[in-house]
Amino acid sequence: MLITDLFEETCFAISANKTRSGLTILGIVIGIGSVIAMISIGQGATGSIETSIQSMGSNLITVMPGFQRSFSQVSVGRGSAQSLTAEDAEAISEGVSFVRATAPELSGRYQIVVKGKNTNTQVVGTVASYPNVKNIEIDQGSFISEQNVNSQSKVAVLGPTTSDDLFGEGAIPVGETIRIKGINFKVIGVTKSKGGTGFGSQDDMVFIPLTTAQRFLAGADYVSTISIQAESPQLMAQVQTEITNLLLQRHNISNPEAADFSVLNQQDILGAASSITNTMTILLAAIAGISLIVGGIGIMNMMMTTVTERTREIGLRKAIGAKKLDISLQFLAEAVMLTFIGGAVGILLGSGLAYGITFFTEMATKISLFSIVLAFSVSAGIGIGFGYWPARKAAKLNPIEALRYE
Amino acid sequence: MIEVRNITKVYKTGEVENKVLRGISFSINEGEFVAIIGPSGSGKSTLMHILGCLDVPTSGQYFFEGRDVSQFSDDELADIRKNKIGFVFQSFNLLRRATVLRNVMLPLAYANISKSRREEIARKSLLSAGLEEKHFHQLSNQLSGGEMQRVAIARALVNDPAVVLADEPTGNLDSKTGEFVMETFRKLNEQGRTVILITHEKYIAENARRKISIKDGEIVEDVVNHY
Repeated sequence: MLITDLFEETCFAISANKTRSGLTILGIVIGIGSVIAMISIGQGATGSIETSIQSMGSNLITVMPGFQRSFSQVSVGRGSAQSLTAEDAEAISEGVSFVRATAPELSGRYQIVVKGKNTNTQVVGTVASYPNVKNIEIDQGSFISEQNVNSQSKVAVLGPTTSDDLFGEGAIPVGETIRIKGINFKVIGVTKSKGGTGFGSQDDMVFIPLTTAQRFLAGADYVSTISIQAESPQLMAQVQTEITNLLLQRHNISNPEAADFSVLNQQDILGAASSITNTMTILLAAIAGISLIVGGIGIMNMMMTTVTERTREIGLRKAIGAKKLDISLQFLAEAVMLTFIGGAVGILLGSGLAYGITFFTEMATKISLFSIVLAFSVSAGIGIGFGYWPARKAAKLNPIEALRYE
Repeated sequence: MIEVRNITKVYKTGEVENKVLRGISFSINEGEFVAIIGPSGSGKSTLMHILGCLDVPTSGQYFFEGRDVSQFSDDELADIRKNKIGFVFQSFNLLRRATVLRNVMLPLAYANISKSRREEIARKSLLSAGLEEKHFHQLSNQLSGGEMQRVAIARALVNDPAVVLADEPTGNLDSKTGEFVMETFRKLNEQGRTVILITHEKYIAENARRKISIKDGEIVEDVVNHY
């Protein structure tokens, strides 16, 4: 039999029972559609998390304090030690090669009051190089200068969200005064919005000089984080090692295991975040995959019914000279055609769903070629896999018995 | 053209052996019109299945155009059926939702005849089976019984087979339509076609020139009819 004959026969057989074919196809449509939609949601989430991590700065290495060891051997938890100082930051920028900039910071959450309005937000005490390291741009006014840091000026730069919260949207707060922990600060600038909401948003922050934060807010001279920008992504591992060695030396620690700080590479954070979202994507896809299997079983069910229903036809085809291969190809082609149509419609539906989700909920989705290729090959596989058994059953029918079948 | 030598067919159901054919031998020459007649259970259907290459004998030899096909594989038998044998069944076995032409063209698809030639061959075949042209594009389930059997005969003829095997072709037809169908077979035979007719009705068997009677798996009579 020619391929074109096979195709014609298949179309004929599928259109012979439109309702049943339609319902079977629907099963595949839902399966493929949900796989596409789920993968695009998962990959969209991965993408948006990656961009938000990237937006924190490029080639970023972060030094954080380690465990606070007390004499009673009670660990207060990672990040609680007050072992890092502004001098450590200076030593890094002077002693480590390929460092473009360093920015120590001391942050804490405080209540901020302006003329009857107030908000609780992150107050970051830092230095003039901070915007370079963290990719922050200034919208109005200016950022904290070295002069401000040296003279412990009571000046503040607001994040756009904080500015909106305190002064209302579109206001120009430069020159106004805010109160942090009962101390007046003069607003000298507002940063540009970087997008991103919730935890870790750099839009909802107040920046003040590091020295001011140490003296008036924390009352101590440690820093909570040192951010370092390496010169290129390739040099990050080397810079990371050098920083570790330098700080171990400065803190008089000989055993690296007992370090009172930890050095995090942005790539590590990115990797950890991606592995979380990848797991989520796989989970979503697996759930959707179950409906795909159910759809496949629907195909098999329909094909089994069809083979039984058309037993006499199979007998006749054999009597007029159809070989086993002709018969099995015919039924396999029907199964594959059903999944093919279902797969094509499913891809459209899944992509539409993904667009719909992005349109209505503003949740990022990403339809990748990979997910389409995956869905397509899975549906072809299902057609062949679930069509094989019924097709074999048809091919193996004894022509005499098939012709006699009532 | 067809020669069977001492063929037997045994069906085993568990321990019980059922000898359906017990050593049958005869030969049929090209251009003959043979009726194989016998009551139900005589083994005539089994014989017809073997003659039609739908089944193989348990023992004995079956020569089809000089080749022993008794040990052929399923696919080799399918090739013989495709090229050499035309079947006409009691219950017509047409594809119900397909048009008359489509039904008749079906064997040509398996024989890999080019698409452009199929319709032409099918039309010729339908006309020689005595079906009027106005029915050609009708769905086969809209036809009368007699018309359906003519379509089936046309389908049997479409590959220009060496032999036409008809299994109770008038069994589902009234006597008048049945007479028309038998007339068609007589005409085919007059044109030189080899026809083998399987029936249990004596008056149907009278249409053939030669009559082989079977009972309990053995030939009891092999006579030439005199019109």
